[in-house]
Amino acid sequence: MNSKNVLLIFNKKIMYKPLIYRLARDFDVVFNVLEAKILPKLEGRLILELRGTEESINGSIEYLVREGVTVETLVNRIVRDDERCINCGACTSVCRVDALSIDRATMEVKFDHEKCVACGLCKIACPVGAMSGASIDLD
Amino acid sequence: MGDVEIKKSYEEINQKIREGRAVVVTAEEMPEIVKKEGVDGAFKKVDVVTTGTFSAMCSSGAFINIGHTKPRIKASKIWLNNVEAYGGIAAVDCYIGATQVQDDDPLNRVHPGKFKYGGGHVIEDLIAGKRVRLTASGYGTDCYPLKEHEAMITINDLRNAIMFNPRNAYQNYNCAVNCSRKTIYTYMGILKPDMANATYSTSGQLSPLLNDPFYWTIGTGTRIFLCGAAGSVVWHGTQHAPDCKRGANGIPCEGAGTLAVMGDMKQMDPRYVRGASFTGYGCSIMIGIGIPIPIINEDMAYFTGQSDRDLPCQVYDYGNETPYGIGKPLGEVTYAELKTGKIELMGKTIDASPLSSYPMAKKIALELKEWIMKGFTIGVPQTPLPTVPYKKGTAG
Repeated sequence: MNSKNVLLIFNKKIMYKPLIYRLARDFDVVFNVLEAKILPKLEGRLILELRGTEESINGSIEYLVREGVTVETLVNRIVRDDERCINCGACTSVCRVDALSIDRATMEVKFDHEKCVACGLCKIACPVGAMSGASIDLD
Repeated sequence: MGDVEIKKSYEEINQKIREGRAVVVTAEEMPEIVKKEGVDGAFKKVDVVTTGTFSAMCSSGAFINIGHTKPRIKASKIWLNNVEAYGGIAAVDCYIGATQVQDDDPLNRVHPGKFKYGGGHVIEDLIAGKRVRLTASGYGTDCYPLKEHEAMITINDLRNAIMFNPRNAYQNYNCAVNCSRKTIYTYMGILKPDMANATYSTSGQLSPLLNDPFYWTIGTGTRIFLCGAAGSVVWHGTQHAPDCKRGANGIPCEGAGTLAVMGDMKQMDPRYVRGASFTGYGCSIMIGIGIPIPIINEDMAYFTGQSDRDLPCQVYDYGNETPYGIGKPLGEVTYAELKTGKIELMGKTIDASPLSSYPMAKKIALELKEWIMKGFTIGVPQTPLPTVPYKKGTAG
């Protein structure tokens, strides 16, 4: 089972069109809504975790693009400077999807890029400026 | 310190260090040794326990002598990368404080401010050998005619760069939560409303002063690891408070002792120092400190043998109480609990995260252990730090 976090942007022409249910029905993809924001009559933004085979995930993304949805992959949007990071753990208190977490055996901070939803809160929390990249809310 | 029994002398320990025979362990390894061999056995076996901490430590800074210019300047105002250093000391001496921000910093005008660059960053850049813009101005005198001076410099161009931190290595510290209804941005990090998270900032069992709770072996002249260089304890730190509440094991339950420390920035290693920016709070610096604890008697073996589960920490409300100087601890937790990432408080399970780097603290304790095994001797404390008597086995 593969997993991928994506940001979907629905422009105002398609923002009220029912599309997401077809990911489950036609592509057998399990979707998990991580965040949703609707700016009435402007656009809708949805962060989904897609789970399924690589083929089904890719197929569902292609389908959404065909329907006019802008799809952005979130993995690797936020990066960590491992030389600068001192493994304090400040970022783990704000990371809402546990992409940043502490290995309790070593107390080192692990960064799971696949789980990241690029919210950018870690950039605000990190005291040493180790986190960078364009977040979806703040940049 | 006067009535503390020294059963293994500094001379004896240093002789062993010089001969490469000293048994040195870290404060993380010591609890296991005490558990296995007992306090007496551990005292006989171990000569030195090394400690470490790496955390934001406000009340840090550096004395800098920029060297005389030609013609000479009495630099009453000095800036390094647009961060002002206090110049009212002498012609070309100044003190740069870790929390000073750049002159044009927007501060908290748009809350929470970012505080991207300050005195701590200048100190880090100097230690890392980076080029820094020096600006100075004076009013001109017969002996110091120059009024303006500007140059790009590195630490090598400075006559002296001496780190002097009036308060470091806090012996224990608060755990912070936020009982208010809005997110707050503090020196304890970002605290979400309704006690949604907790932060703490001590290396627990590795913390220098928690391993010598009554400062029997630490005083003026104690040689330490300071940001990768050999530094020194020079006095008790500001706000040093030995008479705080202590547990039955004598260990402070809350912030207590502090240290003033000093070291040569030209010898320091940039891996062990970081300029820091706390969103909404300001600039600071993260400092790495390691202190060797000589095991002079059985009690010192007992103290250094305490582990995270024996070390208490008080939880305070930074939303409605602590900023106003009111309120009591909401509860007490141990460092062992904090390190699991979850604490129980007032019937609620709360995510806890550190601000102090345990992996760096451990690295420092290990590096200091290496130093001692290669001949770094223990400094005999000359002026003891103010302390209180140890009443064995009584709550304090």
